[in-house]
Amino acid sequence: MTASIAAAAPEPAAPEAPAPRPPADYKSDIKPVWCPGCGDYSVLTSLAMALSALALPPERVAVVSGIGCSSRMPAYLNTYGFHGVHGRALPVATGIKLSRPELTVVVAGGDGDGFSIGGNHFLHACRRNVDLAYLVMDNRVYGMTKGQPSPTTEPEWDSDLAPGGTGLRPFNPLAIALAAGANMVARCFSGDPARTAAVIAEAIRHPGFSFVEILSPCVTFRPDEREWRDKVRPAPVTETNDPARAARRLMTDDGFNLGILYRGDRRPYQPRPDASPDALAALEHSFAI
Amino acid sequence: MPDAPHPRPLKTVSLALVGSGGAGVLTAGAILLDAAARAGLYGLLTRSVGPQIRGGEAAALLRLSPGPVGCHDDRFDLLVALDWQNAERFAAEIPLDSGSLVVTDPAAGEIPPALAAAAPRVAAVAMQKIAKAIPRGRPNMAAVGVAAGLAGLPEAAVAEAIRRAIGAKGGEALAASLKAADEGRAAAAALGPRLGANEEPRASRAAQGGRWIITGNEAAGLGAVRGGVRFAAAYPITPATEILEWLAPALPKVGGTLVQAEDELASVNMAIGAAYGGTPALTATSGPGLALMIESLGLAVASEIPLVVIDVMRGGPSTGIPTKSEQGDLNIAVYGMHGDAPHLVLAPTGVGDCLFTTQWAVHLAEKLQTPAIVLSDQFLGQARAVIDPPPAFALAASRAAPAPGERGAYRRYAETPSGVSPMAVPGIPGCQYTADGLEHGERGTPSSRAEDHRAQMEKRRAKLADHDYGEAWADIEGEGEIAVVTWGSCTAAAREAVARVAASGIEARLVAVRLLSPAQPARLAAALAGVRRVLIVEQSHSAQFHRYLRAHTELPRTVDVLHRPGPLPFRPVEIAAALA
Repeated sequence: MTASIAAAAPEPAAPEAPAPRPPADYKSDIKPVWCPGCGDYSVLTSLAMALSALALPPERVAVVSGIGCSSRMPAYLNTYGFHGVHGRALPVATGIKLSRPELTVVVAGGDGDGFSIGGNHFLHACRRNVDLAYLVMDNRVYGMTKGQPSPTTEPEWDSDLAPGGTGLRPFNPLAIALAAGANMVARCFSGDPARTAAVIAEAIRHPGFSFVEILSPCVTFRPDEREWRDKVRPAPVTETNDPARAARRLMTDDGFNLGILYRGDRRPYQPRPDASPDALAALEHSFAI
Repeated sequence: MPDAPHPRPLKTVSLALVGSGGAGVLTAGAILLDAAARAGLYGLLTRSVGPQIRGGEAAALLRLSPGPVGCHDDRFDLLVALDWQNAERFAAEIPLDSGSLVVTDPAAGEIPPALAAAAPRVAAVAMQKIAKAIPRGRPNMAAVGVAAGLAGLPEAAVAEAIRRAIGAKGGEALAASLKAADEGRAAAAALGPRLGANEEPRASRAAQGGRWIITGNEAAGLGAVRGGVRFAAAYPITPATEILEWLAPALPKVGGTLVQAEDELASVNMAIGAAYGGTPALTATSGPGLALMIESLGLAVASEIPLVVIDVMRGGPSTGIPTKSEQGDLNIAVYGMHGDAPHLVLAPTGVGDCLFTTQWAVHLAEKLQTPAIVLSDQFLGQARAVIDPPPAFALAASRAAPAPGERGAYRRYAETPSGVSPMAVPGIPGCQYTADGLEHGERGTPSSRAEDHRAQMEKRRAKLADHDYGEAWADIEGEGEIAVVTWGSCTAAAREAVARVAASGIEARLVAVRLLSPAQPARLAAALAGVRRVLIVEQSHSAQFHRYLRAHTELPRTVDVLHRPGPLPFRPVEIAAALA
């Protein structure tokens, strides 16, 4: 029984220094479905750059996603990938990481997938603090279904589904991630792939649950988001490990401060099984009269 | 309940203990079952409780016999009542007749009319008074003594069972319990021999040490571990929680992990993630949870990821009757997913069989790379039974895996003669692919092309349809031109009914279907060869199993259906009457 499981889950490779690979080695030959000008192309490049910078063997990386434009990411990478159902990427990634802790697990998705249908998983992934990097390409719109408001959409944004705007206050993903226990909170802009790659690499490297919001314009349904290039700026303050200070900054910024805004030191959640060879016999014996 | 027109093949005795929640009748029932097992008997213990978290009403229902028992009898020989609080709520579950004996505490007041209507004989034992006279004495232990005495259970076996149950609480509590039981037994003896001599169980020769006492939920957990499950994701739900609570300490001991999820959407997806990573994985739930998991089970079908979901069915729809049994989830388990989504559905045919069926489900899911739903129910899951130890079944998880390959050469969803294609897991170089709920081609690349859709649909259908499931697809017993076709927790009562009518010269066969999906019409037709009349037995208001059989099989001309909703289980006498 144990042998067959070992066969299904291969032993970790011998710890030799992996040969560096160029970012292109981390991309697949599948052409993305994204619109011309979509910010997600740059995020794909940044993720490949980050994996390259960390010199991770592609077969030891799993990229997990749900549904939406940005959730198409895994197929465009030459890593292992998982493209599941809408909103459930984080639980899938949690299952992979808890059962295969030696793998690098990255979760990619959008604001609808992560903050609306998957909102409960977002809270509990932050709280559980499994060693995952969660990259949310936030374009403040449902793009795949052609332009409906998402939890991060501005209240006055007009659409067919919400004529005149939703009138609802946008969700603050970074403040919520911090409050729920994420171990790293950062914001990036897809238009700056080099800095984004550096932050993604930090998110992968930092233990525990690292949340990165990547402002990634939807030029098709939100052409106004082309102006983000002029709005974003490096955060005018240095990184903090103080959640209270980070909370004040996140609650008072305008959503365009970039950089690592909080980095904590919570221990990641990773149960360590303690197997003994005669355990099954002992379990069975417990039922004997 | 009518008197049984057919003789019982086994001498059995049926006991019920009732009291308000906290009175300890469930503990008392477990002690009596343990004592009976130590005395060489088989037995079954089920519980009936109300929805209250604490308090409310509770009943422990026991049946003891020299031979294996999987269902309750038509009637109860003995009812011991510590009090009558809300007892009328489960009067229907404890059928009495003029041959039954009710032992009641005088302090508890009058027998409720619903129970008195059957005109049982009534005797009084002051169990509360007995307990009050003993420091730390408890009335439920006096009830143990009363029931054990009237059922003829040996004193030594009862004392040992009490030691096992109470010993950890310390010497004084143990001594008080033993004394209360002794006094209860003495009081019962003063009532004279009250249970019919021919119904008094006699200890068989069997060595007590060999047998197991196990619940269906524990057996399912053990079957999963035996099958190779090393990851479980858990969201609590009645009546499945005990599977997860058993696995929580058990899995780490065998190198596995259990994680508590935030909801059932998460638990099934965590299990999918672990299975994608190469670790055989499971979650357990009940109807409401299964409903939440269905979309993701379709994902597991499309992306060909093995996993096992145990649905311990309860009364539905909606919140329904969480604490009581019903076979109402057959439809959602077989047909619930959108699209054409071939998958496995299996159902244990008894308490002990929860082990085999779950282990087989793990084996099949891994081998065929698809989700398996195991349909247990509250009766099977929470019943505690004395069983012969199940043999070691050679059914481990084994998954076809590819060798490391050249970049771009690996075809995750390659069409193969069996429909099963080698499944890479992260870590294997050169075999990187993306598991996808989107339709895909052989490499896993998303595709909306008609030919890819058709080819992959056919692959997923064929790998299940063409697999040889062997003899385990059903339990088939006996001969005859009449067949009882049933499934799940109705099996034991149907088996007993077949045995009873056989004693009257009516030959019938039993077909208890274990593999519900994919349906096995050819095997069922063979099992029904020569049958002129079929009796379908199921605990479903709309006769879901009957409709399922009609959809897949040409049945003989004469078909009768014995069906009703839960929670009342079918009694052997009802099925025997329908057979005659």
